Amino acid sequence: MTTGGWIFMIASIGFVVGLVAFCFAKVLAQPSATEHMHGPLDIDTRDTGT
Amino acid sequence: MSKPKEQWGTRIGMILAVAGSAVGLGNFLRFPGNAAANGGGAFMIPYFCALLFLGIPICWAEWTMGKYGGMKGFNSCPAIFGVLGRRAAWRYLGVLGLIIPIIIYMYYVLVESWCLGYAISFLTGWIDLGDDKSQYAAQSVEYFNNFVGANQDGLMLDGRIHISVVVWMIVFAVNFYFIFRGLSKGIEKFCTYAVPAMALCAFVVLARVLTLGTPDPSAPNLNVINGLGFMWNPKPVDGEASWLSALLEPKVWMAAAGQIFFSLSVGFGVIVNYASYLRRKDDVVLSGLTASATNEFFEVCLGGLITIPAAFVFLGVAGASQTGTFSLGFHTLPVVFEYMPAGRFFGFLWFFMLFLAAITSSLSMLQPAIAFLEESLGIGRRASVTLLGLLTGLGSLFVIFFSKDLKALVFLDDTVGTIIIVVLAAVQTILFGWVFGVERGIAFASDGAQLKLPSFFGFVIKYVTPAYLFFMLGSWCYKDLPGYFRKVQEDQVIFLSFCMIIVVTVFLLILIHIGGRKWQAERVDAVGTQEASR
Repeated sequence: MTTGGWIFMIASIGFVVGLVAFCFAKVLAQPSATEHMHGPLDIDTRDTGT
Repeated sequence: MSKPKEQWGTRIGMILAVAGSAVGLGNFLRFPGNAAANGGGAFMIPYFCALLFLGIPICWAEWTMGKYGGMKGFNSCPAIFGVLGRRAAWRYLGVLGLIIPIIIYMYYVLVESWCLGYAISFLTGWIDLGDDKSQYAAQSVEYFNNFVGANQDGLMLDGRIHISVVVWMIVFAVNFYFIFRGLSKGIEKFCTYAVPAMALCAFVVLARVLTLGTPDPSAPNLNVINGLGFMWNPKPVDGEASWLSALLEPKVWMAAAGQIFFSLSVGFGVIVNYASYLRRKDDVVLSGLTASATNEFFEVCLGGLITIPAAFVFLGVAGASQTGTFSLGFHTLPVVFEYMPAGRFFGFLWFFMLFLAAITSSLSMLQPAIAFLEESLGIGRRASVTLLGLLTGLGSLFVIFFSKDLKALVFLDDTVGTIIIVVLAAVQTILFGWVFGVERGIAFASDGAQLKLPSFFGFVIKYVTPAYLFFMLGSWCYKDLPGYFRKVQEDQVIFLSFCMIIVVTVFLLILIHIGGRKWQAERVDAVGTQEASR
């Protein structure tokens, strides 16, 4: 593997890992990330009567 | 519109569902082959440019359009396009957002069943390439051809129960079970478990590949580091001297744009539908970026480190150069697992992971059509699931029947999964950038956003992205359109496949017409409101 290969591999993976970490850190920092977005009554499907 | 709307359960569940929709076979099989054949590491420069200037901007536009349509009470592409464009013509153009997921589902569910079938084959030892190593490659191709019926048409008509058809039926039923359960209880709940499970399987296989070292001491060049080098070393294409020449090749840039496109599932009609279940104050900017970044993680960090290095270590340059999705996935990799210590277990894990990647994508393909049938015909989920099951089941049986050389499958993928998605993306960027209005779109996307849209987004989505897409379409029309129609005229199976696309399109256009009249009568459609007020 050439030096160029190492540089491209590390830079590409580093960029993507950094982006994923940044995004998930921002999402999970919100207290509502794993809580229900809407009231349980809203989540009910619309076809229970059909 | 008085019925309670479906909604996402949790934000993280929604992000995983969108990411699961995007992560598919292309991340693990198409990306590494594409990169290795188009400049290796050098490919990553046009690849990331396409991600930043094509993929993510279209993704944000789709999320925004979907949320806007959802706020107006709609969840399907035709209705949302009608609301955004305020002309009936836009509603009919929304048919693209239906035929893409429906037609792709017809053959994708089949490929998905092959992945599960191969996982079962590795687990039970059904796949046996014999003792003669020189015959492994030929045996692997033969096993695949027998499994999928590539030697002759009429896989189901030879008088015996074919295992691949049985697996297809199981996979088809599982898909519809989760779809029937609904958005939050079915798709979201499944993806919340399936996406982390997929990552776990991929990490285990990655750990195995990266610790292979030099399996054959008599061939010291065939080691993991050189395998990584084959994938990541920047190299010229077409025998030029410097790798920089790869950046001057238009085909490398086109390959990178195509890869980003298929990988992020933009232009599929899925994101517009998924985002329509959000509310006005829900974030789309950070959510869209997170789903895209998760997809990139599976593609670059896992797909880029597993497939090609593993093929290189056992099969050398010849094996690693098999860059087609099917040849790399179903011809080459079974041979790699035959050589690999504990290969049966890792083969099972690999194909099960591909199955999870595929099912999280196929589930997303059904929801846009379900939403459309519900709101155009005013029927419930049970009826729309039944109607869609019938339609996609017949289409899938068509692909299974015409299995010789996978001609029907490849044609449908070339047409719908390659060309029509670019057409839909072009339609969407024009609709968002020029009809709905960039400033209005940015203002709406920023409502509730937890991340500021970059300042270049408006310029890119209005000028750069459409130009990129029209250049892609123009070059395809110039180079390939005459040959495309020649193929349709000359080959009977391809002609029938073409007719199937036309029949499905006409059927959906009729339903859009019915739906349009219904929305106008109910005065819930912007076009109807506008026309009524004149």
